[in-house]
Amino acid sequence: MIGASRNLTGSKYLGILSRMTSTAVSARGVVKRFGDVLALDGVDLDVPLGTVFGLLGPNGAGKTTMVRILSTILSPDAGRATVLGHDVVTEAAAVRYNIGLAGQYAAIDQNLTGRENLRLIGRLTHLPREQIARRGAELLERFDLTHAADRPSRTYSGGMKRRLDLAAALVHQPPVLFLDEPTTGLDPHSRRELWDMIRELVADKTTVLLTTQYLEEADILASTVAVIDQGRVIALDTPAALKARLGGTVIELGFADPKTAAAASGALGGTSHRPEQEGPLLRIASDDGPKGLMDILRRLDKASMTPVTLTVRQPSLDDVFLALTGHHAEEAKHTEEVVA
Amino acid sequence: MAVTARPVPRRPVTGALSDATAIAIRYLIAYRRVPQLLVFSTIQPVIFVLMFRYVFGGAVRVPGVDYVDYLMPGIFVQTVVFGAMGAAIGLATDLKSGLLERFRSLPMAPSAVLAGRTFADTGRNVFVALLMTAVGFGVGWRIHTNLLGYLAAIGLVLLFGYALSWVFASLGLAVGDPETAQAAAFPLMAPLVFASSAFVPVASMPGWLQVFAEHQPVSVTASAVRALTLGGPTAWYVIQAILWVVVIVAVAAPLAVRRYRRAV
Repeated sequence: MIGASRNLTGSKYLGILSRMTSTAVSARGVVKRFGDVLALDGVDLDVPLGTVFGLLGPNGAGKTTMVRILSTILSPDAGRATVLGHDVVTEAAAVRYNIGLAGQYAAIDQNLTGRENLRLIGRLTHLPREQIARRGAELLERFDLTHAADRPSRTYSGGMKRRLDLAAALVHQPPVLFLDEPTTGLDPHSRRELWDMIRELVADKTTVLLTTQYLEEADILASTVAVIDQGRVIALDTPAALKARLGGTVIELGFADPKTAAAASGALGGTSHRPEQEGPLLRIASDDGPKGLMDILRRLDKASMTPVTLTVRQPSLDDVFLALTGHHAEEAKHTEEVVA
Repeated sequence: MAVTARPVPRRPVTGALSDATAIAIRYLIAYRRVPQLLVFSTIQPVIFVLMFRYVFGGAVRVPGVDYVDYLMPGIFVQTVVFGAMGAAIGLATDLKSGLLERFRSLPMAPSAVLAGRTFADTGRNVFVALLMTAVGFGVGWRIHTNLLGYLAAIGLVLLFGYALSWVFASLGLAVGDPETAQAAAFPLMAPLVFASSAFVPVASMPGWLQVFAEHQPVSVTASAVRALTLGGPTAWYVIQAILWVVVIVAVAAPLAVRRYRRAV
């Protein structure tokens, strides 16, 4: 033991030692501007090794821009970001050997077969020649694409293309993986399949930073979530804590018109329910769904009021936004256009 | 938990070449999978040969030369011009599909995509030049110099095609959409190909057009190819054609590289 630590202080090992870190991805004050649009306005984040970190936000919040900076595709205008201790600007080459990127689109060559796509990425990530074919076959098997391995990938279904895209990001076994909205546009079945595959990756000790618009997705996959809005991180917490802030359940009561809704809101006054009114709609976040709902209905019944519609659901990204910012998770369309 | 970042492996100096080759192979596979991509560079010039040889050719008088011997050098040059559009469409498609974004996150040489594309275009042009040689012989074209002259002529055509690949590569990256790339490429190509000495002598054109038609790169290259296959003084034509290649690459390559660096 002593011998080992003495060895580590030798100059040969100092370089390695300084690279050892328990933070996989780190960003400090990252700013990115596209013309007049401030896409990122001083983002700080730290992703511990071997964890899944969720970047949650609506379209145009700056999620994709952040991923592009972390994956060396864009340079930040200010601030600094590192991946496994390597600066994404000055040590981009080192970063690229350590990251995998799968985007919102299936970034594969549709004219190549699944196998050829993986072989291409193997060559471009400089895998030893003899490993390229084996690694490709392994990934095709793991992502359930072996049966279609020698068909041009343009014949694949949407879910298969995404799986191939994810496989392509893993060819060189990167310790850090960036997934930019990995399930956007997929049907529920394919989405669940992809979630399972991402969870397996984390069991393999891969660090994952994923962006998503779905609170549910962040909840299922991520251990920590940063909520991002207009280029700023507005909350950083575990998914459970984020949801707890909202109460576990959202109850929505619809009335015939805004006036009736206001009267109903009055009838619920003086209780722990805090209805928020929006036109003819009352939205109540409740810690205790069933009990809260019964209590609300009882009180409305006492006041001889009956809602026209009734919805009980899990909190969504929009609810998180409303609670955190007081505004809806509106799509910042102009930003998205510039970024895209 | 602590992890050591994987070190950057030492690569041989040929590393960039190996990356470019991988990309070139990918584009060449596309020609096999989607033969329609070859239509513009094979069927279309064959139609031009037949049309000009048998339909319009009779009306064109070129003093001292069989029209077919005048026509074929023009066809060779026209073929690589139209074929270069593939670079614009190919890169625009890659940009739109997000593939370029992925490539830029990989540790490959940054030059590999553009180098690979232009290599692949040259590979396709070799195939097309051989095909057009065969078609030419079929319709009565003959080389009046020697094999060396022919090889030099083909080499010049390939060089010119290579230079144009850079022009159309930057166009494709600038527009970022395959349909737009196709629409934008044609108005650029048409005056180069038709307001030239490729199919007819410029003497029949109005004076203002002659000035352009005589000195623009398609005409100059066609004249050099004619000199190399018909005989007569060649040096000045060849020097001019090579100068054009140098100028085009010097302007278009930095533009394409800049576009690639910004493309996401």
